Amino acid sequence: MPALGAPPALRVFGVTKRFGAVVANKDISLDVARGEIHAIVGENGAGKSTLMSILMGMVTPDAGEIFVDGVRARIRSPRDAAALGLGMVHQHFMLVDTLDVLDNVMLGAEGGALLAAGRKRARARLADLSRAHGLSVDPDAIVGDLPVGLRQRVEILKALARDARIIILDEPTAALTPDEANDLGLLMRWLAADGASILFITHKLNEALAVADRISVLRAGAVVATHAAAATDARELARAMVGRDVDNALSRGDGPPGRTLLEARDLTARGADGRARLSGVSLSLRAGEIVGVAGVAGHGQSELIEVLAAMRRMESGALALDGEPVDAAVYDPARARALGVAHVPEDRSRHGIVGEFPAAGNAILGRHRDRALGRRLLDPGAIRARCADLMERWDVRPRAPDTPVGRFSGGNQQKLVFAREIEAGPAILLVGQPTRGVDIGAIEAIHRRLLALRDAGKAILLVSVELDEIFALSDRILVMHEGRIVGERATASTDRREIGLLMAGVVERAA
Amino acid sequence: MIARLGRGVPEPAAVGLAALVAMAVCAAAIGENPLGLLRALVLGALGDTEGLAFTLYYATDFIFAGLAVAVAYRAGLFNIGVEGQSLVAGVGLALAALASGGAPSWLAILVASLAAMVFGAAWALVPGWLLARRGGHVVITTIMFNFIASALLSWLLVDPMRAQGSMQPETRPFPPGASLLRLDDALVVLGLSPTGSPLNASLALALAAMVAAHVFLFRSRLGFETRVFGASPTAAHYAGVASTRVILIAMGLSGALASGVAINELLGAQNRLILDFSGGAGFVGIAVALLAGNRPLAIAPAALLFGFLYQGGAALGLDYPRVSPQIVTAAQGVMVLLIGGLLGRRR
Repeated sequence: MPALGAPPALRVFGVTKRFGAVVANKDISLDVARGEIHAIVGENGAGKSTLMSILMGMVTPDAGEIFVDGVRARIRSPRDAAALGLGMVHQHFMLVDTLDVLDNVMLGAEGGALLAAGRKRARARLADLSRAHGLSVDPDAIVGDLPVGLRQRVEILKALARDARIIILDEPTAALTPDEANDLGLLMRWLAADGASILFITHKLNEALAVADRISVLRAGAVVATHAAAATDARELARAMVGRDVDNALSRGDGPPGRTLLEARDLTARGADGRARLSGVSLSLRAGEIVGVAGVAGHGQSELIEVLAAMRRMESGALALDGEPVDAAVYDPARARALGVAHVPEDRSRHGIVGEFPAAGNAILGRHRDRALGRRLLDPGAIRARCADLMERWDVRPRAPDTPVGRFSGGNQQKLVFAREIEAGPAILLVGQPTRGVDIGAIEAIHRRLLALRDAGKAILLVSVELDEIFALSDRILVMHEGRIVGERATASTDRREIGLLMAGVVERAA
Repeated sequence: MIARLGRGVPEPAAVGLAALVAMAVCAAAIGENPLGLLRALVLGALGDTEGLAFTLYYATDFIFAGLAVAVAYRAGLFNIGVEGQSLVAGVGLALAALASGGAPSWLAILVASLAAMVFGAAWALVPGWLLARRGGHVVITTIMFNFIASALLSWLLVDPMRAQGSMQPETRPFPPGASLLRLDDALVVLGLSPTGSPLNASLALALAAMVAAHVFLFRSRLGFETRVFGASPTAAHYAGVASTRVILIAMGLSGALASGVAINELLGAQNRLILDFSGGAGFVGIAVALLAGNRPLAIAPAALLFGFLYQGGAALGLDYPRVSPQIVTAAQGVMVLLIGGLLGRRR
């Protein structure tokens, strides 16, 4: 809990930053006490990243002041920030995958031209930190070999090894499994109890509520509310974030599912590393239902959806679409689309879009064979019109078909991908992590659309690491563990605890 | 790049200006009058019909080579082998042209040009195939194929293809029909004075190829797939684009475009196959494509700039015997560095 009487460890006062006509930060004031966890929540583009860049000395504010331990601080470079005890854990880790943990921790603070002394010092420091916080990571492990949760721990160790007393975590749980996210929450509490001050940037309200002491809400560059976590709830925070009431209640029709549109038997497949990732997976998908696939990340869900979408070869097994067996030898993504299978890929930036292409080009990605876009040559006018139409139907903002899609927010990119895939009129929709990196407003829109599609008779397979999402949308839940489906439940007759146990590999008892 | 002509100084102009400044500095450093040297350069390249025609003649090579590099680059393939591809294209062209005796001129030209394209494409397809099937890095393989092409041409010209009784490493002249229309021939027919340059109908072909490359990349489905693959192979996979097909088509087209250098040089100027006729145009093409931002329609102005430097540099030697023509190479180096820096900044 915050210490009384002492000046706050970090105080931001009246900070304003403009980029051209855009006000990214508008008169922001907030403070973080010693030992406090202060969460900053806000949608994409609300100004969270700009504020962090200012604190870390990467961006110079137009106005405003920053105080560290009550003393006015001039932060002109990341080096200044580090000297003041500010450390940052970036959402996209700033680690060298091919180096070991020790070298990564030492990187940028080698302390001389020769490395031996610095290595020795870093090793001793890591041992201290591991004793003090229970933060054990093998210093000689190669970072690229570590799971995501441990890589993040290395980032935190990096900050601590530089004596950071104010630690900024930017969307730290975005890439973590639920278990890893829990561990991180515990670690943050531990560090705070030890006197560190923590700024915790997130868009997940439940995490902010669970971990933080206070929560500030950023909207359109300004702090619109600061609440004690104990005195607020997700509904109030969401309203502050979005600027209106967010309706979480999703309605669904109660018609029974129709005929089976997708039937998979005993699918097996290997990962990119050659290891078996799917071992005899069977499932069926009927018209008018959403089947959720739950599981800890990396247990074969990604491979399952890729095999069904023809992006990954099935080694054995059989697939039938609307009763017709599919010839695995000629099943490729183009064929899958032709057979009415649409795919919203889980890794949007790698598969779903081409960031440097304009939105119009992305609006036809994979659908470019459509003769309506031009008989022999592609008609740029028709492509722009298609894009404008998709943007209108899905409320993609800005309505700018010529703007590179990489400049759109995650939520608007995802809406464009959904629009492209769904407006092509598929019977089957494969959806991976539909709301990853997507802001609340867009999440709400996407969830509503998915349920409407279900009610319209589409067969939808939903893979998500967000259990809340699985429960909110699915009619049935399949749980994957180590490449197998270890359980199937009707959503109405199960709960998070049971699904969580199945995810953890606790074997299903013979019922 | 060049398409952003809207704001401020157009980049190619700025880059070209910097190249001139670099040359002036070099000239001053060796005690020559910098302004006089620049004047000689500009007059040599643009001052009379001869200089102008030579500038366009060099630019023709650079358009073809620049297009060849740009099309491959759009597929994410850095084809450094345009030089070798144009040499091998020249072999195909010469075989067809030498065998064309008695055929009507249009047929001889058509067959010889097609042979050049097929040979150039085939030479580029081998590295393409090595990449698609075996993962061989296309930068390495295309560089190496330049050496093989050069050695192959040398062997052919000192032994099997050498003109009988000749000591020169060159073939016998092509039959009279296997020759493109030259500007000078047209001028003479019209009663005007000739320019003394080998500028020929290849320039029109180069401009047509430029438009065709633009239509392919930006209007055709295959071109869309090519660009998607070049920008993001993973997204291309998602979109159902077959990588092998895209790689082979892009490399094949690149090699076919490279053959334009052989058409300009052999069918337009030399009328026989000689050693190293491409004179490094394949490498200049890399700089041209870079300057044009790999946009086909921007290739012509970029190629013109390099053509200007080439002709201007060659003309310098008359007035400034102490200045080595290498000064143009120095200017080119400055340009490439500048373009590289501009590209780097954009990233």
